[in-house]
Amino acid sequence: MPKDGGIGAATKRREDVRFLTGRGRYTDDINLHNQTYAYFLRSEVAHGRITSLDTAAAEAMPGVVRVFTGKDFEGVGGIPCGWQITDRFGEVMQEPAHPVLAQGKVRHVGDPIAVVVAESLSQARDAAEAIDLDIEELPAAIDMKAALSEGAPKVHDDLKNNLCYDWGFVEDNRDAVDEAIRGAAHVTTLELVNNRLIANPMEPRVAVGDWNPGTDDYTLYTTSQNPHVIRLLMGAFVLGIPEHKLRVVAPDVGGGFGTKIFHYAEEAFCTFAAKQVRRPVKWTSSRSEAFMSDAHGRDHVTKIELALDADNNFVALRSQTHANMGAYLSTFAPSVPTWLHGTLMAGNYKTPLIYVNVKAVFTNTVPVDAYRGAGRPEATFQIERVVDKAARELGVDPVELRRQNFITEFPYATPVAVEYDTGDYHATMDKLLEIIDREGFDARAEDSRSRGKLRGLGIAHYIEACGIAPSNLVGQLGARAGLYESATVRVNATGSISVMTGSHSHGQGHETAFPQVVADMIGIDASQIDIVHGDTANTPMGMGTYGSRSLAVGGSAMVKATQKIIDKAKKIAAHLLEASDSDIELKDGKFSVAGTDKSVAWGDVTLAAYVPHNYPLGEMEPGLEETAFYDPSNFTYPSGAYACEVEVDPETGKVTVLGFVAADDFGNVVNPMIVEGQVQGGVAQGIGQALMEGAAYDENGQLLTGSYMDYAMPRADDVPMFHVDHSSCTPCTHNPLGVKGCGEAGAIGSPPAVVNAVIDALQRGGHTGVTHIDMPLTPSRVWQAING
Amino acid sequence: MELTDSRDIKASPREVWEAITDAAVLKDCIPGCQELTGSPEEGFEAVVTQKVGPVKATFKGQVTMTDIVPGESCTISGEGKGGAAGFAKGGAKVRLEEIPEGTRLSYDVEAKVGGKLAQLGSRLIDGFAKKMADQFFDRFKERVEGGAPAEDTATPEPDTAPSGEDTSDKKGWLNRLRG
Repeated sequence: MPKDGGIGAATKRREDVRFLTGRGRYTDDINLHNQTYAYFLRSEVAHGRITSLDTAAAEAMPGVVRVFTGKDFEGVGGIPCGWQITDRFGEVMQEPAHPVLAQGKVRHVGDPIAVVVAESLSQARDAAEAIDLDIEELPAAIDMKAALSEGAPKVHDDLKNNLCYDWGFVEDNRDAVDEAIRGAAHVTTLELVNNRLIANPMEPRVAVGDWNPGTDDYTLYTTSQNPHVIRLLMGAFVLGIPEHKLRVVAPDVGGGFGTKIFHYAEEAFCTFAAKQVRRPVKWTSSRSEAFMSDAHGRDHVTKIELALDADNNFVALRSQTHANMGAYLSTFAPSVPTWLHGTLMAGNYKTPLIYVNVKAVFTNTVPVDAYRGAGRPEATFQIERVVDKAARELGVDPVELRRQNFITEFPYATPVAVEYDTGDYHATMDKLLEIIDREGFDARAEDSRSRGKLRGLGIAHYIEACGIAPSNLVGQLGARAGLYESATVRVNATGSISVMTGSHSHGQGHETAFPQVVADMIGIDASQIDIVHGDTANTPMGMGTYGSRSLAVGGSAMVKATQKIIDKAKKIAAHLLEASDSDIELKDGKFSVAGTDKSVAWGDVTLAAYVPHNYPLGEMEPGLEETAFYDPSNFTYPSGAYACEVEVDPETGKVTVLGFVAADDFGNVVNPMIVEGQVQGGVAQGIGQALMEGAAYDENGQLLTGSYMDYAMPRADDVPMFHVDHSSCTPCTHNPLGVKGCGEAGAIGSPPAVVNAVIDALQRGGHTGVTHIDMPLTPSRVWQAING
Repeated sequence: MELTDSRDIKASPREVWEAITDAAVLKDCIPGCQELTGSPEEGFEAVVTQKVGPVKATFKGQVTMTDIVPGESCTISGEGKGGAAGFAKGGAKVRLEEIPEGTRLSYDVEAKVGGKLAQLGSRLIDGFAKKMADQFFDRFKERVEGGAPAEDTATPEPDTAPSGEDTSDKKGWLNRLRG
């Protein structure tokens, strides 16, 4: 292994030096000469008709360059949706228009109506107050089930109703599942809510649009997880700018969690307006704005039924969900409750019959889209809660009930269309039990009891599908994009390497982990390798980072490109060593002729490639630069066993998380320290969802949780010391690194573990009537459950 | 949010009715009211400055009286725009009933906010609306019974306001303590 760390080394994150010393370069750090500032005037009502909109007074305010309204965007495309769902009757989903600025109607609090572009932000904000706006408020559709009822206010007048789609999966199994449930020895039913979340990345969204009058080129600097996707969506569908005239740069990005995948109106606005005012236009979201304009996550209401035979084998599962889309379809919104959720409903279990029904609903709320885990947390939460409830109803150990039904043979084709390549769920469960000291729990519970507290232990096992791809499959499922990844490995004359990746790092540590792979393959120091990402001008077309896909898909593209480099470098080395290239071996950065002491160093070969004096020019081009695109043949399937130990104060209902253990199987691990950090972050967000976070609207559609006064984010003292283990390893069988992805696991496996623990505590404490509490398990909700 | 309450006023229903339709009386009694012009028939234009939690704003808007049954009942509705602070609207259904001591004034109030007020102050709105209504009807009672209107206590005392209050109030409060 190279001394600076190859595959498997816990190398410290090199990017943290600049992040921690204030030297990161985020989008808001970019200030262009002569730039202007945009301020968005947003709807204060959830649903209404714009009856008058007069910007004359605002245009006359000091420093105002121009005021834009929906009128300026007539003839400009709307914000596109990237995934089309076909419903269970074979009809395509209802897909409403999504204008950049409101066209006559507003559909959620925060819907942009007008934008003031001015010399300074405060001038823009002041002028926005002078816009004469009248809105006739209309009744709003807020509650999903009410929104589907006869006579409910329609979010979009031109659609039939508020139902985006009614999806059935696998529709052919519907009757068989119904029948199996009717005839089952035992059926456990659970109605639950997967609470609406607001991602709250540390860095709010920012966009800076620039237009070059000399070349007619546009540049957009933006807080994105996938600059090429933004270039494609915005260029082709919204503004009609050909890709070669549009550069999208996503520099350092301070967290995304999914909410920075999507193409937003503000990006299109700044790019469009830059040409209109012939000056750069910058918009920086305030935190208040982020709450009502960043896509929200989750928001499912579900009824799940698990049928078991007399021997406690799972025989069928039926899940019916209402999924909130919000007022418009955000980029990948339709895929989240369907393909990212329904396909995971087998969990880790060999349930033979599964039927999933999802009704996606338009409401007068902020659009809802992918948030860390996206669909898979919703699936896992249902399964792991209902299995736990079943164990309690049947009086069996929840661990044993899981074990009895675990899938043990791989590859395993689930009844919900996916094929798990590898896994060993008993191994992760064994590892978990080894760590948590289950035998000692009773003594710990007694200790809690002596202090008037109730202690509980919750277990959950999860599976997820990562490395979102392959393209031909997702295309059949309605994706309007391919999901491959790309890399260009550029070896410089003196041997250092720049890797241009289509993946994007916004906290994942690519700049550290990716060089470890290349260093390992070539045998040079990782410090000789840099990762270039986030700029469409200097990276190959890539689909970006989400769905825990960077290493599994982007890393695999990089491995392919590096292999091409090695193959060519061996030919150059063979020429230099006057040997046959089949006899050349590469080890520790040195090419040698097998069975001899003849060798050339990596740097000699790279120099020869660019100074080709002694070079087989007749056979090979000079230079050493290779590009590869990788489109995987399957998803990857990380899995793991999670345990949470809590203490509940029955007097106040407050839940304290005492311990959390994650025993994951991520396949091979490149940098265990980064993996541990990813799991810790995911678990912290999962604990946040389980105990604290929840976006709330009132019946008029006002966002009640619009600041940190009312939206509770977990802080350091809300989470315990984590024990993260990833020693269980069944490598992925279809990518060259054998990796599976770890970015979302923590947020997927932890909410059911936490809720199971609280229910366990209450049950042990004698509150046997409490079988479920909806997230977030705030002290008030827990207290109410205890006190009936 | 909705609330219902009543006041017994030592005056005849006719006197109470005249007062409640008098712009000058309304101006004195609406907490934080800077200006109020107009008539019950044509509606009133009002400017009201208020602070809800961290949001302080001047609301400009209309106050209208509808469902008027002279001497008996009416509905007073107001809608104010506070610029960047958002909007507030509300209404009070007022009924007068003769009792031995004079007049019983009963009211049902509802209030609704939007924009930044709802985003940042929603938790405080119920208490705030109750306080506004109490102050209005307390002052109204005093005014009709002949006393001078109460001091303008509409701006919440800093010790009851949540964090995020502006510091000028804090200074005033400290100075008052010192003074």
